[in-house]
Amino acid sequence: MGNVIEVNNLGKLYRLGEIGTGTLARDINSWWAGIRGKENPNKRIGEINDRSVKGSSEFVWSLKDINFEVKQGEVLGIIGKNGAGKSTLLKILSRVTAPTTGEIKIKGRIASLLEVGTGFHPDLTGKENVYLNGAILGMRKAEIKRKFDDIIDFAGIARYINTPVKRYSSGMTVRLAFAVAAFLEAEILLLDEVLAVGDAAFQKRCLGKMQDISQKEGRTVLFVSHNMTAVESLCNKAIFLSNGLFEYGGSTKDVINRYLQENVTDVTKRVFNEEEIEKQKGAVKTKSIELVNDHPQGLFDVNSSIYLSVTNDFLSSGQFVLDVQLYNLEGLMIFNSCTPMTEFSTGIYTTRVAISSNLLNNGNYVINFAVLDGNLALLYQLRHVLAFQLHDNPEGREIAYLGEWKGIIRPKLKWEINKQ
Amino acid sequence: MSDHAQEHWDLIIKPKSLILEFKVKELWMNRDLVLMFVKRDFSTVYKQTILGPLWFFIQPILTTLMFTVVFGNIAKIPTDGIPRTLFYLSGITLWNYFSDCLISTSDTFIKNANIFGKVYFPRLVVPISVVISNLLKFGVQMILFLVVYMYYAWSGFNIHPNSTLLLLPVLIIIMGILGLGLGMIISALTTKYRDLRFLITFGVQLLMYATPIIYPLSTISPKRRWIMELNPMTAIIETFKYSFLGKGSYLPEALVKSCIVSIVFLLAGILIFNKVEKKFMDNV
Repeated sequence: MGNVIEVNNLGKLYRLGEIGTGTLARDINSWWAGIRGKENPNKRIGEINDRSVKGSSEFVWSLKDINFEVKQGEVLGIIGKNGAGKSTLLKILSRVTAPTTGEIKIKGRIASLLEVGTGFHPDLTGKENVYLNGAILGMRKAEIKRKFDDIIDFAGIARYINTPVKRYSSGMTVRLAFAVAAFLEAEILLLDEVLAVGDAAFQKRCLGKMQDISQKEGRTVLFVSHNMTAVESLCNKAIFLSNGLFEYGGSTKDVINRYLQENVTDVTKRVFNEEEIEKQKGAVKTKSIELVNDHPQGLFDVNSSIYLSVTNDFLSSGQFVLDVQLYNLEGLMIFNSCTPMTEFSTGIYTTRVAISSNLLNNGNYVINFAVLDGNLALLYQLRHVLAFQLHDNPEGREIAYLGEWKGIIRPKLKWEINKQ
Repeated sequence: MSDHAQEHWDLIIKPKSLILEFKVKELWMNRDLVLMFVKRDFSTVYKQTILGPLWFFIQPILTTLMFTVVFGNIAKIPTDGIPRTLFYLSGITLWNYFSDCLISTSDTFIKNANIFGKVYFPRLVVPISVVISNLLKFGVQMILFLVVYMYYAWSGFNIHPNSTLLLLPVLIIIMGILGLGLGMIISALTTKYRDLRFLITFGVQLLMYATPIIYPLSTISPKRRWIMELNPMTAIIETFKYSFLGKGSYLPEALVKSCIVSIVFLLAGILIFNKVEKKFMDNV
């Protein structure tokens, strides 16, 4: 099937700083320079959009040299950190703002759901708002009329259709807004972070509807989200933007792995220098400590095992215990595990312990490592010696739920189901 | 598949649009949206007020009363022999339509930044729907004027309606076009220079005093009348008064001039509006 979207050399320049003050003076300045045939003193020179580095130019490229194509029926995920240019891209695609360079070619009607409830008027009833919102999104009145019952049914608010929207709960507003957009007859749908709202049941319905839209109805969807679980299960292709540049594109799995790898703040290996080793009390010195996993891309995810390995130098022989504590970001100790009391002789040992897969929930973790002597007295503790982020992976889930999996741990338990 | 280069694209998004792009087809596609906006504007203005739609009448009645007292009884400005209430009410009804069109289109971009920031539809839909919903309001206020008018006619006052009444639709269209055009120019400029927003209400008020609303054109000496005629609203108001009340100055050439000026403003308005439409989101 052919391309329905082609993006060529797309770029968008934004001005930083305070907009509005001194613009008249600036405009006259530019105009005067133009008249005298001189170069515009306010000429726009763009810089790459890296927020953390203070740039010299007032202008930054929110997007630069973006090229990609989307085929019909594809669900394309757009991922990237905050400020990577994802929303700017959707804004240009939905014609809310114009690009600075390049062009986009589109086949078919395009509809966007950048933020739900756009154009909802609080004083109008649910019914009136469905018509208004539908028209804003590009539907004809007859079209809305035809789908009205489906929309109300999907939103599940039949009882409230004649109540002003300002009396709705935020969940109801969102449901109604999503429902209107979901029944649009556009060939291309742009979605931005809509899944962040609503309860789990409604999220599931939205995802189901989106799957229908893309797979059964053959429509094209562009999907921006921070929920990697949703992106992974919905999208068959993805692109990864970073600081306004096109970083990587390809199959969703590859793109997500790449994205996760680039955003690691993990400390997975520590090698101690002599000075640090000096500070460790007692006859057992820790030379290095490391975390590894058996994930093909080296990612820490809930479905793969993690191995902690420590290299210790025993200066004298004796009985010792090595101890590992795992904390989550809130400071809650998830577990504390130690070796049995072991007789070590002088020399270097490597100790390895496996944290089995399907035990921890996704999240951020910190590790403390401690050494105890034969009397179980603490020799020293290395606090926050390692840190890692355990990523979610929808593949291991028993059910097709894509939202957040709650719980401090996420063990895979054995279920027995017997019919009597 | 045939030649790749000749592929058909429904939409090509580019940095700049053509200067003269009227988007008539696109507007026509969105006619339902225009009606929806009109309905919304018209039905939500006085929601949750006790008097509700009665406000459509109260506003001109109060203004007329005030003018009658201040300019009529205190300042004793002549009214060409027309009953004062009728004289002021006719001016106010007409002027309100023009100034409402102008003021409410002039903040199109700022007021709708929220919607414009998220969805695309031809932005012209908004000012057009504003002009139409004001037309409805004008229609309602016209009823008030006609009731008062009938009352005076019944009571045997010196009122002479004549054939120029047929020009009424033309007058309304010219006012709408003028308000729309000027409003669009201002709305486009306010996205960059917010200061204009504060000037606009003041400017409209000032313009009202430069239009024969509270005084008849006949009180201006013929030497200075040309200044008054620079104002395209002058001919409209005077023609209106002449057609309903038989007093005032009906000047066909001035009316044609007003018509031309209004169309020029409308074209300029569309031009500037289209230019701003594409990049205003970055400025707001």
